[in-house]
This record gives sequence, C-alpha cells and structure tokens, in this order.
Amino acid sequence: MLSYIAKRLIAGLITIWFIATATFIAMHLVPGDPLMNQKAVSAEIRLNLERKYGLNKPVVEQYFIFMGNMLRGDFGISYTQQNRKVNDIIKDHFPVSATLGILAVFFAALGGILWGAVTAIYRNRLPDIVIMFLVILGISVPSFVFAALGQLLLVNINQFAGQSIIPVAGWGSLSHMLMPSMVLGLGTMALLTRLMRSSMLDVVNEDYIKTAKAKGLSPLRIFFRHQLRNAILPVITVLGPQIAAITTGGFVVELVFAIPGLGRYFVQAVQQLDYTVIMGTTVFYGAFLVLMVIVVDILYGFIDPRVRLQ
Amino acid sequence: MTHSSELSATDFLPIHQETKPELIARPSLSYWQDAWRRLKKNVRAIISLYLIAALAFFTLAGPIIWNVDPALQDLNQISQAPSLPKQATLVENYSPWSVPVDSSLPAEPDEIVDEIDPVVAFRLAEAASTQTVRLLWEPLSDAGGYNIYRNESKPEGFNDLGLPLASISAGNQVGYEDRLNLKAITYYYSIVPTDGFDEYDQYTSLKVEPMLTITVREALERNILETQRDAVKGSVITLEFHPFGTDYLGRDMLARLMQGARVSLFIGIVAPLIYVSIGIIYGGFAGYFGNRIDQFLMRFADFVVALPFLLFMILFKISFGIGPGESGILPMLLALVLLLWPATARLVRGQVLQIREQGYIEAARILGGKPGYLILRHIIPNTMGVILVTLTFAVPSAIFTEAFLSFIGMGVAPPTPSWGSMCNEGVKTMLSHPHELFFPALFISITVLAFNLLGDGLTEALDARMRSRE
Repeated sequence: MLSYIAKRLIAGLITIWFIATATFIAMHLVPGDPLMNQKAVSAEIRLNLERKYGLNKPVVEQYFIFMGNMLRGDFGISYTQQNRKVNDIIKDHFPVSATLGILAVFFAALGGILWGAVTAIYRNRLPDIVIMFLVILGISVPSFVFAALGQLLLVNINQFAGQSIIPVAGWGSLSHMLMPSMVLGLGTMALLTRLMRSSMLDVVNEDYIKTAKAKGLSPLRIFFRHQLRNAILPVITVLGPQIAAITTGGFVVELVFAIPGLGRYFVQAVQQLDYTVIMGTTVFYGAFLVLMVIVVDILYGFIDPRVRLQ
Repeated sequence: MTHSSELSATDFLPIHQETKPELIARPSLSYWQDAWRRLKKNVRAIISLYLIAALAFFTLAGPIIWNVDPALQDLNQISQAPSLPKQATLVENYSPWSVPVDSSLPAEPDEIVDEIDPVVAFRLAEAASTQTVRLLWEPLSDAGGYNIYRNESKPEGFNDLGLPLASISAGNQVGYEDRLNLKAITYYYSIVPTDGFDEYDQYTSLKVEPMLTITVREALERNILETQRDAVKGSVITLEFHPFGTDYLGRDMLARLMQGARVSLFIGIVAPLIYVSIGIIYGGFAGYFGNRIDQFLMRFADFVVALPFLLFMILFKISFGIGPGESGILPMLLALVLLLWPATARLVRGQVLQIREQGYIEAARILGGKPGYLILRHIIPNTMGVILVTLTFAVPSAIFTEAFLSFIGMGVAPPTPSWGSMCNEGVKTMLSHPHELFFPALFISITVLAFNLLGDGLTEALDARMRSRE
C-alpha cells in the first residue's frame, strides 16, 4: 500500500511538472505583453519593470526561474494588483471556491444517490419517468441558465416575503452559499443520478442479492446492506474528479452570483494578461486536481477491498 | 484403382440441382443493419434524429428562407418581444396641433373653491393613433388647471391613475396632446382638475385604443417603403417582422439564431470529428503495438488529461490569439482538439487491446497482413460502435464548452453571434426582455438534448450483448 501511494505521488509530481510547463509555454505564446496595460512609460521605466519581473532574460532562463520559484511555492507578484502576491490571492480566494465546490458536490452526491436509488426501485414507473425527465433537463440546460433562473427565484422569494431573507448575490453567510452551490451541483447531480440508476440496476441481478433473498432477509435490509452499498462504488470513483472539476469550473456561478472566488480572479487575470496570476492559478488548480484523483483512488482502496488486492 | 483415362471435362460439371433445399433461417443481418433495426425501435432516438435533421435544416437552409441580415441594427426596434406580423396604417407626417383654449373663461379662477365637479365630456378630438392621442374636455369654470394621467389598466381608484403625463396650469385649456411612446394597446386616460397647485379628489377616465400607424417619413427611414411615390396615405403596410423579436441593438433574433447555429454547430461537430479521429489513430497504434510504445504514448495522454480543462481552454484560446476582425472560432476549435483527444485515445486503446487477441486478427496476420492494414481494415471497424457513441456524446459537450466560454466573454468575439454569446447578452436584460435569453438557451438545450438521446439510443443499439437478450 505504501509503495503504491509513493508511486502515485511521484507520478503526480511529474504530472504537475507537465502542467506547469504547458502553462508556461501557453502563456509565452500569448500575443501582446504583460506590461501593455501599464500607462505609457518611458523606455527606462519599462526596462526597470522588465527587470523587476525578469522579462528581460531569455525565455529558457525565465522558465528555469519560474520552475525554481514554483518549487519553493512562490508564484511571484501580480502584474496588475499592486504589490499583491499571487500566493495571497490564492490564499484569499481559493477557500471561497473550495467551499462552494464542496457544498455543491455534497448536494450533488446526496441528490444523485437518492434520486438514482428511487428511479431504480420504481423502474419504468411514474417516479422513474419524472425524475429521469428532470435529469435529462439537468444535463441539457446550460449552467448559466440555471444560475440566472436561481437568482430570479431568490428575487421572487424576497419580493414575496417583503424583505430580503436570502441574499441574491455576494458571499459570507450560509444563506449566501445555498443557491449558488445548488446551481453549481445541478449538472453533476443529474450525472450521478444516471450513474447510480444504472449501477443499481446492475447490482439487482447479482448472485449475492439472490442469495440474500433466498436467506430470507427483509427487502429493506437487502436494499441498504447489499444493493445500495455495492451500487455506490462507481459513484464514489467519479466523485473525486467531479470535486476538482466543480471547484475549478465555478466561473459562471461565481460571475452571476458575484462570489469572490478564484475562478472570477482567473477570468479577470486573463483579460488583463496578468502573467503571474494566470500561471499561479493554473498550476495550483492543476496540482489540486491531480491530488484529488490520487486521494480518491487511495480512499477507493479502503472502501472496496477488491481493489486493494490488485 | 483402375485407369480411368476416359474422364473428360464434362464429368466435372456440377450435377443439376433439381429442387432447392428448404431454408430455415431468417435473412442474415449485418451488425450495422441490426443496430439500425434496433435504433428504429427506440422512439426517443428517432425523435432526436428528426430534431437533429430539423436543426441542420434550420442552420443550412434557414438563412436562405429567412433572408434577413443578422448584423443589421435598428435602434428604433430595440428589444422587441416576439410577435406576429404587424400591419400599420400609413399616415401623413406629423403636423402640430394648437391646443384649444376657451377664451371666455379666465386662466385662473377668481377664488379657490373647496369642492369641484368632475370634468365632463372627456373625449378624443380625432381618432387615436400611435402617432398622437388628442384629448378634449369641457372646461370647469372654477378650476385652476388639470393633471393628465395615463394607465395601461382600468384605474381602480384615485391612487391608480398611472403615469402622470402633464400638469396644466390654466383652467381654460380644454385640450391635451399625448405623444409619449404610444403603443397599439389599450390606455386609460384620466383627468383630475386642480386649483392651480393641488388636485381636487375628482377624476374622469377615458378608454383609448390607439391604432398602429406609421408616418411616411418613418416608413422611408426604416426602408419599409422604397420611394416617396409608394406612399399612399391610408393604405395598410406590413412592418418589419421579427418572429423571435429583436435584441438589444434591434437586430433580428431569428437571423442571429441561424447565424449563431452555424458557429455553435460548426464547433460542436467539427471539433469532435477532428479530435476523435486523432484519438482513434493515436489509441489504435498505442493499443496495437503495446509494450514500450503503448506505455510512452499513454503516459503522454495521461498528462494531457490531467490539465484542468476549462482553464487551459481559456489559456490556449488566448494563446492562439484573435486578430482584429476575426471571430475566434478557429482558436476555440484548436483548443478543444488539443485538450480532448486523449479521452478517445484511451478508449480506443482499450478496445484495440481486447480485439488484438481475437482469432481473426491472428488469421489475418498469418495471411501476411501488415500492421497498418490490420489496424485500418480489421481493428478500427470493430471499434466503430464505441467510437460512434463517443462522437455522439462529444457533440453536446463541445457545444456546452463553446456556450460556456462565450457566456463568460472568452468565446467567439462580437459581432459574430453564437448561441453562448447571445445568452451572455440576453442575461443582462433577463427581467425586462426574457426572450433574448430564452431563445438561444432553448436552442442550446434542444441540441444538447437531441445528441444526448441519440447517444443513449446508439449505446443500446450497438451493444452486441443486447442482441442475445431479445
């Protein structure tokens, strides 16, 4: 087990190196230059600025400096936000995105497992048909439409109540988080519902379910002990990548609900060509993604003993 | 054995077959015929096929039938709601109306009274039109002025008179002209007499239904009439028709949706076609050769898979740059291809690893088939089913990605419309003009839905295991 974890971690490190290199190359292909947005400056000031950010050195040297700094966990200083370190930007805004993402995955997993189980039990009957129709809707409608509709719903609720019960935008209390995280989790919930349904239907035909029935176990016990526990496994496998995808993919929800998450800063940095913030955010998110996948794979070994044996 | 040198060529002719043996077999079906037969039974998949055909028609033939310039801005027609064709009556250019005054009465009454009668004979001076509504009433000798209100529903009381239009401070004025943004709907005008400053609590209402009219000058400006000579006063002409309304710059939504469909579907279909092809070749060779080559190729694919998709989508898109006047479709296509090929490569590799061990591949190899021939002729055709399903599911995800990026302003550059960028524009005016968000979002949803349902149907139809279950 330990050697397995070590192997995975080393592979993860190489992957992160690849991500960083790809980011660096992509960044240096971008037309225009990061000092373009500064006010018109004289040649000397420009030279000084280039020296400050190390832009006067050859690209290869810049690459090694970037890699060296990254190894020490230093992503540099933002180009556009005065004297603000990229590390600080990540430290301030990543927790917001992560909270939003974790809440969203929580909603998605809870809903997905519940609805998936319900549809499998009522296969081809009314609840199944209704839920699967909603699932198809959830998969087919873009997230920004849900975000807009969610906000509209909040406006109407507040109007109906005559006072602001749930804030329509912003960040802070739990009531701020509720609607954005539900909207963010909707697509994943639909995905998980489908997965859970097909997984449940696969499990129903397994021999051990027949055995359990033959032993005379109560249907409820069969459902919880045997069917649900085994059917949940595929759902857990996709959960890790989903957490990362949701956390890194919350741009739209962050934009619509005016949430100060990292996604919003990334979009802003791209628009302003803020080299260091773009590179720092991308590498950080890439590392986060890699780590999440490893963690889930290892956890999976604990949940499903069959995997550990391999 | 005796020498039978008498044998001739005729001895080797086949015996004439008298009767055909009875055949007890259903007609043989190829894999694809069988899959098609099963797909046809799937109602949802067939509906989605029709939907896709309709979308293709909308995109390709639509602009020929609906020949409206999607880039034409008409600032007179901003954010018009969807409507049926409107007919307007052509009228004279506007000429000013001198408001009638009853000179037998003083402008200000001699003394201010506490109570006053309501205004009587509140009426129209001439037929109401969307150009002008001219109101007349009998003056009140004790009034110091009048306030005029306009409401779109019947006033239910003094506090429900609607929009205040004017405060007239002459008790002997007996007319008022309203030209404020008139539409062809029902209005309720109310008049309240005042003492010059304060209102008396009396009001009189009048229901008015203006007729939709257009002046000759306006018709010429909006290119509805070509020349002055066509202008026959009193004739009914058809106004510009916007079945799906107009957007915030007065551009026709239907024409924009059609052009947007070209962008969205182009990216949505071409990008998957390219990257699935790359994935097939890459995965096919990795799987076929195995060992070292396989490990090296797949490790590289794993790296690409690990890149955070949306971040790199944005990064690559700006890296490839958008010059002035370019739409940014190609950078997006390139970014999608660069990031998404490994998924197909992995899938195809797995399939190839299985198929490679099958007997018929061995047979072909013994017969002298070269690797390229084996891969192209035997292995890839056998993975076609899985690939087709991948391709079908890849289309909606590419359309989503395009819409998503355009929505956050990182997609195709204006003025090129795409469904995503139209949603981005529409969401800003969502509350007042919901149609600007609704239609592009609807088209995205229908397209994604159709391809998803088709993908589900194909998965079931192409699954060879399903054959035995029937």
